[in-house]
Amino acid sequence: MTLVLFLYFAGVIVLTAVLVVASRKPVNSALSLLIMFFHVAGLFVLLNAEFIAAVQIIVYAGAILVLYLFVVMLLNLRAEEGYHKQYIVGLVVGLAILIEAVFILSRSGFSDRALPAGAPPADILSGNTEGIGRALYTTYLFPFEVASLILLVAMIGAIILAQKGVFDRPTVGAGFKPAPTDRKMD
Amino acid sequence: MVPLSYYVILSTVVFLIGVVGVLIRRNIIIILLSIELMLNAANINFVAFSHYLQTLTGQVFVFFVLTVAAAEVVVGLAIIIALYRGKATVDIENVNLMKW
Amino acid sequence: MVIMDALIPLLPFAAFVVIGLGDLFGRGFGPRAHWIAVPAVFGSLLFSLVAFVSVLSDGPHDMALYTWAVSGSFQASIGIHIDALTAVMLLLVTIVSALVHLYTVGYMHGDRGYARFFAYIGLFTFSMLMLVTAANLLQLYIFWEAVGLCSYLLIAHWYERPSAAAAATKAFVVNRVGDFGFAIGIFLVFRLVGSLDYDKVFAELPKHAGETISVAGFELPAVTLIALLLFMGAVGKSAQLPLHVWLPDAMEGPTPISALIHAATMVTAGVFMIARLIPIFNLSPAAMDVIATTGAVTALFAATIALTQNDIKRVVAYSTVSQLGYMVMACGLGASIAGIFHLLTHGAFKALLFLGCGSVIHAMAGEQDLRKMGGLKSRLPVTYATFYIGALALAGVPPLAGFFSKDEILYRTLVSGDVGAVFFGVGVATSFLTAFYSFRLIYTVFHGPSRVDPKVAASLHESPLVMTVPLIVLAVLSVTAGWAGLPIPGLNGIEAILGPVLSPGESIERDAGVLWALMGVSVAVALAGWMAARYFYFTRPELPVRLATRAAALYRLSLNKWYVDELYDRLFVRPTTRLADRLWRTVDVQTIDSAVNGVGGSTLAGARILRLLQSGQLQHYALVMMVGTFVILTVYLIVR
Repeated sequence: MTLVLFLYFAGVIVLTAVLVVASRKPVNSALSLLIMFFHVAGLFVLLNAEFIAAVQIIVYAGAILVLYLFVVMLLNLRAEEGYHKQYIVGLVVGLAILIEAVFILSRSGFSDRALPAGAPPADILSGNTEGIGRALYTTYLFPFEVASLILLVAMIGAIILAQKGVFDRPTVGAGFKPAPTDRKMD
Repeated sequence: MVPLSYYVILSTVVFLIGVVGVLIRRNIIIILLSIELMLNAANINFVAFSHYLQTLTGQVFVFFVLTVAAAEVVVGLAIIIALYRGKATVDIENVNLMKW
Repeated sequence: MVIMDALIPLLPFAAFVVIGLGDLFGRGFGPRAHWIAVPAVFGSLLFSLVAFVSVLSDGPHDMALYTWAVSGSFQASIGIHIDALTAVMLLLVTIVSALVHLYTVGYMHGDRGYARFFAYIGLFTFSMLMLVTAANLLQLYIFWEAVGLCSYLLIAHWYERPSAAAAATKAFVVNRVGDFGFAIGIFLVFRLVGSLDYDKVFAELPKHAGETISVAGFELPAVTLIALLLFMGAVGKSAQLPLHVWLPDAMEGPTPISALIHAATMVTAGVFMIARLIPIFNLSPAAMDVIATTGAVTALFAATIALTQNDIKRVVAYSTVSQLGYMVMACGLGASIAGIFHLLTHGAFKALLFLGCGSVIHAMAGEQDLRKMGGLKSRLPVTYATFYIGALALAGVPPLAGFFSKDEILYRTLVSGDVGAVFFGVGVATSFLTAFYSFRLIYTVFHGPSRVDPKVAASLHESPLVMTVPLIVLAVLSVTAGWAGLPIPGLNGIEAILGPVLSPGESIERDAGVLWALMGVSVAVALAGWMAARYFYFTRPELPVRLATRAAALYRLSLNKWYVDELYDRLFVRPTTRLADRLWRTVDVQTIDSAVNGVGGSTLAGARILRLLQSGQLQHYALVMMVGTFVILTVYLIVR
């Protein structure tokens, strides 16, 4: 049963991932990503990480993706004309690495690893949310605090960067002098 | 039971799709989305290992990855907005001032 | 006692340093430089006198100043070693140097390089003094080179003149040829003996008398080879044939240094060296023959050239070469006492002649051509009188100094062996020519109708006291110096002083009959030369020109110095410059320069290519990163 679910989720994930990368319209890409997020959350539930699944949907799908959509709408982006000039090379390299990675993985020993016997440890048993909470506030307290600082920095950065008047294009006739580029190395 | 290697392969495939996306696309927004793909792939890997090793460390790490991803998206999009204001384009081929 | 010995060379050196530093830092001493140099050299003279007296009464002084080199078993130090020979040389050098210093105050007055001149003659005096007080071959060689350097610096004193610069270079290069042989000789001495100290070498070298050294497959007798190589140094330094060519050109330098360096001191270093190292030369009769022959040929050769030269200083220069030939010949015939005696007297009268020339040139405002002089005796009385005395001494007229020393040499040639008569003949012929050209100088410069340019004639004046006093002192010495070596047993001071050093154990006996006959011959020859010169240049002054046109080939040969310079130019100078030019073109420009430029060029080319990596495109960079990842994975797969 789990296998079927896994295959479904995995399949959709891969499909939507490809759609994200291949779609011409940015909105289509964003929406594909949304679907992918949902299915990743499903995968997490399959792996007994319910809290993480919930957080995935709330944060990724509910916040990050919304932000993306805001920006896409704000900038009124149109469909793209074509891929980058190097798209063949990129595909080839990606494919090559994939083959190599599969090769490496197949040679490693954990494909047959079974679940460890015996009772799972106490933190697993008491439910995902409580377990994570306990871990966060005891063992991983310091990274937790640092993470909050990261968020603070990001917020400040975003506010500053998005201010009007800092990076705007100067209007014509306002004493505009283009910065000289150093092209003397011929 | 789903073997661990399936999850790892899945994670690898999604990651490489994200890499290819970064290499191929010209729209900066899509490039950022591909980066999110990569982060998600890593998350899948973490949670899979956490489940199979019966420890919570992986999931805690996913928590932090999520946090950092959020922060990164925020700043990245702010930069893109500033870039758009300066150049009226999000085509990455035009962003080449660091050319020799 | 020892401090005074050390001060002899160090005082002039201190003068050099002080004046030199004054020029380097600050405004320099300029016209006040003589206040430092002159007292220094007179102090040196004083201490030399003290040392002379002390050595005669107490014996040799020895003092090591400084250990120069210690390398394995080899050790050499710089020090002061004064024995009888060194003591007389010290006197000669300091007396002439002091008088020249005084003379320079007047002669170089107003010259732009006044202080520099004093600095360099101080350095020269120091080097010469250290050379004669050396106790080992290393110090001898070092200061041998140093006097060569000072000669270069002083000849090119007026360095803006291309001819002066060229003459200085020529002097240095020709000297270097001789020094090359000298150095190899010293190396061989070290190889055989293991030490460079005089006493060790003199003691050990006889033990190697029969040995040979293999050179390019030939087995050459060691001691003869060494002697010949050492002699090469003397050939260069004392301007013997074939390395004599630099001395006449050295007349480009100011006259005071012609007197100091090229008459009395530096050129005599070669003769001094032969006398100093006579134990080495005595071991090789073959080398001694070469030395004597070279000296004799040079004496005659140079005298023939002096007959026709028109530059007043060149006549005296060739005369110096000729007289040096006499000294070298004497040493080669085993009569080094006579050689040194002549060195001392020659130092006096030749310096006198040169300074006299300087006085004339000074009065003539720089004119040096004989043909533009004449009748100067009334305008330059003191110069005339002293010059006359110098010429008499040079010609060998008794009772002046030159007569006794030259006579001693001639006597030695007669008694020296089977071929002595040949050397004697050469000596007598040269004597005749010497007298001739000496009085030629007198008559053309001072007597007869004045051929002086009217503009110059108006400013003709006798030289100031600072210049005439040295002339007078040297004239007195020219008269009296010979009396130190009277050939009367018991009265011969030179023999008494130098005998123990230069020919220990030999008793000098003279055959009285031969001696008196010889003296008669000498006087006759000198008078003959004098009378001939008087006839040609005073009584019938039109005769020389007629004779010159009649014997045109001979005349040209003599006037052009037997074309030796031209020969050297063809043989050595031109091929060398051509080779240098070719090397410059191919090696320096084509190979080295292009290699260096090529490095730069290839760097630029490489950069032009590598630059393309910096496209500014973000995705290019990302691609490169992924390619790198791919490579790492591949390597991992291959290795594992």
